[in-house]
Amino acid sequence: MDMSPALVPVIGLEIHVQLKTATKLFCGCSAKFGDEPNSNVCPVCLGHPGALPVLNKKAIDFAILLGIACNSTISGKSLFERKNYFYPDLPKGYQISQLEKPVCLGGYIFAGDKKIALNRIHVEEDAGKSIHLHDGTTAIDLNRSGVPLLEIVTEPVICSAAEAVEFLSSLRTIVRYLDICDGNMEEGSLRCDANVSVMPAGSGILGVKTEIKNMNSFRNTEKAINYEIERQTELILDGGKVTQETLLWDPDSGSARIMRSKEESNDYRYFPDPDLVEFSISGEWTEQLKMIMPEMPRARFDRYVKDHSLSPYDAGVITQSRELADFYEAVASITSDFKSSANWIMTDVLRLLNERKITVNQFPVPPEEIASLINMINSGEISNKIAKMVFDEIADSGEKAADLIERKNLRQISDSAGLEKMIDEVIARHPAQAEEFRAGKEKVFGFFIGQIMKESRGKANPKLVNIILSGKLGKSAVGN
Amino acid sequence: MKTGEINLPENVLAFLHSIGENKSLNAYNSVFREEALSKADSIAGKISSGDHGKLAGMVISVKDVISIKDKPMTSSSAILKNFSPVYSATVIERLLAEDAIIIGKTNSDEFAMGSTNETSAFGFVRNPVNREYVPGGSSGGSAASVAARLCDVSLGSDTGGSIRQPASFCGVYGFKPTYSIVSRYGLTSYASSFDTIGPIANNISDIAIVMDVISGHDPKDSTSSQLPPANFSVPEKLPEGLKIGLPLEYLGEGLDPQIKSFLDSFINRIRSRGIKVEPVSLPHTSYAVAAYYILTTAEASSNLSRYDGVRYGHRSLNNSDLNEMYTLSRTEGFGDEVKLRIMLGTYVLSAGYYDAYYKKAQKVRRLIKNDFDAVFSSVDLIIAPTTPHIGKKIGDGFTDPLQMYLGDVYTTSANLAGIPALNIPAGYSDSGLPVGLQLMANCFNDKLLLDFGREVR
Repeated sequence: MDMSPALVPVIGLEIHVQLKTATKLFCGCSAKFGDEPNSNVCPVCLGHPGALPVLNKKAIDFAILLGIACNSTISGKSLFERKNYFYPDLPKGYQISQLEKPVCLGGYIFAGDKKIALNRIHVEEDAGKSIHLHDGTTAIDLNRSGVPLLEIVTEPVICSAAEAVEFLSSLRTIVRYLDICDGNMEEGSLRCDANVSVMPAGSGILGVKTEIKNMNSFRNTEKAINYEIERQTELILDGGKVTQETLLWDPDSGSARIMRSKEESNDYRYFPDPDLVEFSISGEWTEQLKMIMPEMPRARFDRYVKDHSLSPYDAGVITQSRELADFYEAVASITSDFKSSANWIMTDVLRLLNERKITVNQFPVPPEEIASLINMINSGEISNKIAKMVFDEIADSGEKAADLIERKNLRQISDSAGLEKMIDEVIARHPAQAEEFRAGKEKVFGFFIGQIMKESRGKANPKLVNIILSGKLGKSAVGN
Repeated sequence: MKTGEINLPENVLAFLHSIGENKSLNAYNSVFREEALSKADSIAGKISSGDHGKLAGMVISVKDVISIKDKPMTSSSAILKNFSPVYSATVIERLLAEDAIIIGKTNSDEFAMGSTNETSAFGFVRNPVNREYVPGGSSGGSAASVAARLCDVSLGSDTGGSIRQPASFCGVYGFKPTYSIVSRYGLTSYASSFDTIGPIANNISDIAIVMDVISGHDPKDSTSSQLPPANFSVPEKLPEGLKIGLPLEYLGEGLDPQIKSFLDSFINRIRSRGIKVEPVSLPHTSYAVAAYYILTTAEASSNLSRYDGVRYGHRSLNNSDLNEMYTLSRTEGFGDEVKLRIMLGTYVLSAGYYDAYYKKAQKVRRLIKNDFDAVFSSVDLIIAPTTPHIGKKIGDGFTDPLQMYLGDVYTTSANLAGIPALNIPAGYSDSGLPVGLQLMANCFNDKLLLDFGREVR
């Protein structure tokens, strides 16, 4: 019987996030995605002789913001180095990146409740894009050449593919909160490479790792890492050895192929870029950025659970995006009714967002209107049902809730005398049912409620109806 | 410039005529005849209306490693044979804004790598003083164009002596400013932390006025100094008690005795004017050439990676795949000296060698800078030879590149330290070849250097 301990995976991630700066990292060209190929280029990002890089400080701002959000140490001094290799979409024959003095060191990001330690966050420029055409030729689009990236490198502390995805998801939420990256894996604005190895549980001795690239979605990331864990585990159990290599994930076949072996790996010959100077990041610079930092998702989550008494589930859904959380807070700040505000977000707002496939910023009903509906429900002016109807209607028309309620006369009837008269009439019209109720058939109570609501066209205050009807029929009030 | 007294178009025509007469010098890679003439006309008009720039009518040649929009820029290499930049270097824009007339691009060593102008893909340049001799390098065409009066001033570039050494060989003034005071934007990079653009001319006044125009901060060059530029063309009286240092390390074995005697008589001359000259020591001088070649080749190996045949420049058509395309394009496009330096630079940056070579050379660079800082705390300027040898015959090739590199022994230190240095013509050797002397100052003391050079000429 095999008594050797089980093999457990050890995973480290390298994530590239493309920054949403207006211009590229070292020139004034637009960093926009999706423009006509080779339209956003200049001598600098084309690598023409004599053209020199000038740092876009905004990218450093973004790196510092992410560093603050991840509790990293912000370096006092930072510099850029050249990573030398030849590739047709790399115009200068080197990538300007950071090795010795990255902008951020250490820090962590939560994956669920586990702190995943970061090694570093550094700034670098993106390469262009090789487009392999059907006729076997390759076209190169250099619009992306020089677009700023942050590379986030974790320590090898991730224990499963699911945890890796959870980490990625947290990171994506953070960069979106900071508004520094779209976080769109399919479009490539967030890219993930994974270093995977397996080791005997409890041994503490890391196995030989492989690197998997080209995982262009959360789902593929999970599949690719699981694939590689299984492959390595089987290999070792069969008496084989893992070789250090770089693998390319193929989402179509659900498998990975070898991109290059260790022997083929590049010697990048890093050295400080002499065209750029070492730069200082003062405490003042960091402090100024701290002042404009939005509240991070995890802090919001804690606050919503603790101070707003939301369920962890609701708090989790609402804090998934900064826009949604901001929307919730806008509603809640007017109503002070956190529970109802959260309910509206969780049901009607999310439903409409999904139905219409729109973003929170495009949402047709402003938070003030939803707040006003909640306030009117709470004050008894309208029923819940009317509120939902009004919501759907103003979502189409853009009319103000109060105006619509006024125009269509949708306010609840909360006038006892009027209601009493209406109830008397309904009872008088249905003597047989009244008799049945008095004989003990309590179900008939609902029938009367229905009739009264119909009579009032949904506007009768249900609480009042309940009380008055109970009195008339000689019964203690149902419900409350 | 006494602009009223010369007819600009005629002057330009005369230069063009001389350039034609001196084709055998091979000083120019390209000449902009029509453009120079029409520019002369329009600037003449500006002069008569009194609305002209500081350099109105000055005829300037430009080393073919500096970008001029839509004009060929070969860097004297086959790999850029048919290349024309889409933009102009900052120095060019500044010259043109002050109404200089750019008459052509001058030959040089390939990518400014060489000391004889013999590594050019377009043939060697002859020294106008003695046509059997090289003009020096790498700015050989620039120095020759000035010495042969084929222009008023030439812009060269100096990475380890490439302005001063050819100026010395051709008997003209050559100025390497403090690193960072002239923008490198548009200068084909050889070794970015060393490369300096500077003027070569027949007198200090021309150097000073060109420096007025081309120096000063450029936001396009991150290494460019923020300090306001000096007013070079307005001479100031030399400070009282000016002291000159004579570095003993520059007088050792290998220095031609004739150069030494020119140096001695120069020193005697300035002493007789009451200027103090005292011996100083730059103890790390003997490490300069080694550190220089490690660091410049490292930077060059990376800077020249962009010439890959993908986007512009020579692309080999004999390739069957990507790697072959790279290899053949670069094999066919680069000359031997450039290949040698790329290989050397690649080696010193390689894993396992980086610390032993690159890092150590950076330390030496720091020590050399410290040497100068120490010396300049006690003296204002340094006087030294520019080169150890007097001239060199064309084709009298160095069988050992090391021997050629050692010719840079007196010039590389200024680039390692970033300090300004000026070649001044001192006279002629017994064989009738020019001899130059070198003056150096501390960083940003360029003005003092030029004022002194003007005073003692």
